[in-house]
Amino acid sequence: MSSSGSDIVIRAKGLVKSFKGFRAVDGLDLTIERGMIYGFLGPNGSGKTTAMRMLTGLLTPTEGTVEVLGLSVPKDAETLKYKIGYMTQAFSLYGDLTVLENLTFMATIYGLPSKRKKQRIAEVMERYELTDLGNRFAGKMSGGQRQRLALATAVLHEPQLLFLDEPTSAVDPESRRHFWEQLFDLVDGGTSIVVTTHFMDEAERCHKIAIMEAGQKRADGTPKDLMAAMGANVVEIEGPNLREIRRRLLGTKGIITAAQLGARLRVLVREDIADPEAFLKNKDETNGASLIEKVRPTLEDVFVTATGEGRQ
Amino acid sequence: MMRSLSRISAIFLKELSQLRRDRMTFGMVIMIPLIQLILFGYAINTNIRDIPVAVVDHSQTGLSRILIQMVEATRVVRVTERLTSIEEAETAIKAARVRAAFILPADLSQRVARSPAANLGTPPSTDEETSRPVAQWIVDGSDTMIAGAIKSLRNMPLAELNRQAPNRSTPTFEVALFFNPEQRTAINIVPGLVGIILTMTMIMFTSAAIVRERERGNMEMLINTPVRPIELMIGKIIPYIFIGLVQTVIILGLGHLLFNVPFGARIADLFVGTLLFIGASLSLGLVLSTIAQSQLQATQMTVFVLLPSILLSGFMFPYEGMPVIAQYIAEAFPATHFMRMIRGFVLRDAGLMELHRDVLWMCGFFVLGMIVAAFRFKKRLD
Repeated sequence: MSSSGSDIVIRAKGLVKSFKGFRAVDGLDLTIERGMIYGFLGPNGSGKTTAMRMLTGLLTPTEGTVEVLGLSVPKDAETLKYKIGYMTQAFSLYGDLTVLENLTFMATIYGLPSKRKKQRIAEVMERYELTDLGNRFAGKMSGGQRQRLALATAVLHEPQLLFLDEPTSAVDPESRRHFWEQLFDLVDGGTSIVVTTHFMDEAERCHKIAIMEAGQKRADGTPKDLMAAMGANVVEIEGPNLREIRRRLLGTKGIITAAQLGARLRVLVREDIADPEAFLKNKDETNGASLIEKVRPTLEDVFVTATGEGRQ
Repeated sequence: MMRSLSRISAIFLKELSQLRRDRMTFGMVIMIPLIQLILFGYAINTNIRDIPVAVVDHSQTGLSRILIQMVEATRVVRVTERLTSIEEAETAIKAARVRAAFILPADLSQRVARSPAANLGTPPSTDEETSRPVAQWIVDGSDTMIAGAIKSLRNMPLAELNRQAPNRSTPTFEVALFFNPEQRTAINIVPGLVGIILTMTMIMFTSAAIVRERERGNMEMLINTPVRPIELMIGKIIPYIFIGLVQTVIILGLGHLLFNVPFGARIADLFVGTLLFIGASLSLGLVLSTIAQSQLQATQMTVFVLLPSILLSGFMFPYEGMPVIAQYIAEAFPATHFMRMIRGFVLRDAGLMELHRDVLWMCGFFVLGMIVAAFRFKKRLD
């Protein structure tokens, strides 16, 4: 367990998972450092959850090796379970047990000594605003409350590494913002976090992300680096007939993609075109546009260039 | 080890809380044995009486009327219809209005006079032409028990027709009935009912135990914890052991009050034997639970085990009457062994020593079941 003190919490090489010939994860390499939030960003079916399940030992990789906190997975998965926390995509605590019962159950399962158990339950209940909900049935709570309970149970045994599988898909934006603040508190306390998401704004909060598509990693790095290294410039066009302009632009050489955002058309122009603004202004296809200006790229632009039709 | 015990107790307490809140299930735990005991204790009776029959009297004499009364006096049959022709009688049997028809021929008096059963002193004729039965039964023979009851009338003595005392002939064999001299069916049914109800509730509860975690989405979280499969299995069956014992107490206690069924001389042996059977049934349920993909499938599998447990275990039909292959199959079910055990404890004052083969088999079944269930339960999703 010498390497558990090192700066790498997860190292995966050539990870493959096949389900009856379908490669859900197809040759994934990962190196995740300690003390950060690492996000898997990708659409449904891109292999995020499968990858995460292989990292926690729930699924056996068809090929490849995984080392988590210095332990070889799935061989040492049972030892690893004491050191990691896991929050499932769907709420998976007992709906017919109260908040307190759920917490007590999990604390006992993780083998906390009885004194420590009480103390720790009180701690997480306070931190995740569950103190007043102790006798509430988990099944009768709102999405946000359930999510807080799920997080509270996942961190009860103070894991070094926390896995969150689409943690905010069932909660409102307010709860989501709040939830992320709590994640940063955990990171501040020394926990490393791996999270899957299909929300751009959520991915943007991660220290590092991997963009997943069809079981493969299309890009990874900090959101900022990814935006800088996107290989495209973003130009926004305003004016009438945006649908028409978009249709004409798609398929034009040098244009990666174009998507309408309200009253603006967001156009991704290949990086090798030196002055994208002038390039678009001089094109017949943009006739009638009232404004053409270069803007800052967002993670969504990175996602679009890295995946699907945008990928060269 | 300590961690293991506390994890088992955590699962046990969790199951208990869930069970306590499931009012319907909790109610069924009490109501199933209560109602079924009262219902079956009173209802099931293998001493058949008052079978509805039709009478076709072609003789229409005083003698024929007395003969009909004598037949009715046996209480085996009850005359519900008087018909004039055999065709009508056959129709009545087909329509299931009656189970049999009693046909008295026109020459009844002559037949009675010649019959050895009437004991009129006439030497029994060896001639087929003259020694004929006095009357005929046509019976719906599809139910062998009904047919058997009417067949028992075949050699009915007719001496009473003659105002003679019934023929007190010495029987060939002396039969002494041990354990149930009054031949009350409840004595046999009530202890058997313990086996049937335990089979049903124990297997039903545990066959749903694992699959329910899966269906409600708790499984993914549970397999992410350090809990070991065997700890999960043990923790899950403990509450049901208590439930099984409560049900046994209800059935045997009420059976004692209502039907005078004894507890037997060895209460401790009865307790241990029942515990073993509960354990065997629970472990069987757990194995089913690791196979079933949904609670519906679990219920179907329960029925699959329950029916042979009722029909082949000796609860309803004597084990000895079955072909050898069926007996081997029946041996596979814990209920078969328990039927022998509990009837032994309760009715024959037998102990664990006398029944050690069933005891050992039950122990083996329990241990094997737990191992198979724990082995089949994978903490993996693939």
